[in-house]
Amino acid sequence: MGEKALAGLAVAALVAAPPFLPKYPLEILISVLFFAYLGLAWNILGGYAGQFSFGHAAFFGIGAYTSTLLFLRAGLSPWLGMLAGGVLAAGFGLFEGYLSFRYGLRGPYFSLVTLAFAEMLRVVAVNLKVVGASIGLVIPTSAAAPALFVFAHKLPYYYVILALTAGALLLTRVLARTRLGYALVAVRENEDAAEAAGVNALGAKLSAMALSAFLTALGGTFYAQYFAYIDPTITFGPGISIQGLLPAIVGGAGTVLGPLLGAFVLTPVSELTRALLRGRAGADIMLYGLVLMLVISFLPQGLIGWLRTRRMRAG
Amino acid sequence: MNGGLLLQALVSGLLLGGVYGLVASGLTLIFGVLRIINFAHGAVMMLGMYASYWLWVGIGLDPYASVLLTAPAFFVLGVAIERLVIEPNRDAAEHNQLLLTLGLALFLENLALVLWQGDFRTLRVPYANASFVIGEALVEVSRLVAAGGAVAIAFALYGMLRYTDLGKAIRALSEEREGAMLVGIDVRRIRGVAFGIGSACVAAAGALITPFFYIAPDVGESFNIMAFVVVVLGGMGNFLGALVGGLIVGLAESLGAAFLPGSLKQLVVFVIFVLVLLFRPEGLFGRPRG
Repeated sequence: MGEKALAGLAVAALVAAPPFLPKYPLEILISVLFFAYLGLAWNILGGYAGQFSFGHAAFFGIGAYTSTLLFLRAGLSPWLGMLAGGVLAAGFGLFEGYLSFRYGLRGPYFSLVTLAFAEMLRVVAVNLKVVGASIGLVIPTSAAAPALFVFAHKLPYYYVILALTAGALLLTRVLARTRLGYALVAVRENEDAAEAAGVNALGAKLSAMALSAFLTALGGTFYAQYFAYIDPTITFGPGISIQGLLPAIVGGAGTVLGPLLGAFVLTPVSELTRALLRGRAGADIMLYGLVLMLVISFLPQGLIGWLRTRRMRAG
Repeated sequence: MNGGLLLQALVSGLLLGGVYGLVASGLTLIFGVLRIINFAHGAVMMLGMYASYWLWVGIGLDPYASVLLTAPAFFVLGVAIERLVIEPNRDAAEHNQLLLTLGLALFLENLALVLWQGDFRTLRVPYANASFVIGEALVEVSRLVAAGGAVAIAFALYGMLRYTDLGKAIRALSEEREGAMLVGIDVRRIRGVAFGIGSACVAAAGALITPFFYIAPDVGESFNIMAFVVVVLGGMGNFLGALVGGLIVGLAESLGAAFLPGSLKQLVVFVIFVLVLLFRPEGLFGRPRG
């Protein structure tokens, strides 16, 4: 069977099968797509541009808090708040990126600075009463209101995250073949050489930052509406930054399908561990840590990279 | 702001800073030799705290005395981690090594959660509340011992680095790796030893604070981030810089706590961190890179 046919079949299954799924598998599928989406968003900056952000929680939290606060305080539909959050996160990303790139922060220094920015936002959110402080914010969901991004069943949420993921995938695919996409890869491979060849490295990295931040923020709004509760640790904490970059690393950073593949492997494994070791908090994240170490040690290019090498060897 | 409060903040900050200094000394040593930012440093500290805790609960060993057992044990653990986890990935891309230690941190932290649950544990020693007063500032004996012990260990380590052959090899490797290899230093061995010493340092720091600090699986996280700040402030790989940086961060945190409401004190530390990273990534005492 050809690859196109296989892909077509997968898409058809993802669109058509969920209405017939019981609640638990549907929840897992939503979780898979949610992390695939975060991975895709991170991948633009981390994978294509090679800038390893450890602080994407900053954008995620900005998205979640912006749409939620706009709804709670001004009655604005989270559908619109989502866009506002995305724009705000992109702005914050540009600010953070400009500071970091302008002063030549590369590699681990960039990772540390992004981590620090996310932690700062977390500390501010914990201490700010107007945003609910450490207690967090509850999104009222007693009555279904599709115009307000509140649904009575899981299924519509599934289609929302499916649409977001499909959009991010398409965007990545298009991006990879544009001038900007090539510029990002050039910067990742050798920034000085890229600049010598006339690539505007600062501009390219900032574009990736803004795009990545925008997409991540939409994921934050989705999280808020789906779980109907946010607090500073969940949304701005290091946990979400790590869980967002893992699918990309495991699947293959800097590839279009990598994050999707990574999420389809990671999330079910973690759900399974959680189910098997019921009541043992931490077992699933422990496994994540182990998987991360194993992947870095044995599949440094991720699953996609591994598949590619195998295919090259085979033919 | 009255003088008493300020004095109290200064004293608390310096005492806290001494402990940060030892934690960061271990981190900066590892960075200097292995060129890895070890995200698992705090997790190793957490394990060290649990080790002292269980020694106390199990055989009633005083946490200060437990250092004599845990420090050598954690040296071995550190060497083992380096051999099994870091060494096979020695030539991996920088960001992959970062993720490797991050994976290790997640693994160790959640292993502790699985084994010992998330409850806060405290080690109740009989001298927990002993204290005396200097001027208007209250000094808790346990905090003074922790800071004094930490600084003493850090200086002993500094002496070792300065005057022994092993120390010279470690310094040679962190300052000029190719030259060190040319003169026949066994790089593989020194890398393991450096990770071992770094882990022993942080386990000792953990043991020293158990008489007044809670123990939980995620207790290392905040120390880890503080140690990053300190190490960057002092200059990555700069040993004395880590000690001075520790004192500065301790002071900044405790002055922040005295002046700012809630947990905003952490903000002060992060702001310092970002400013140093942006404007002086070589650290306060390093030479600017040309």
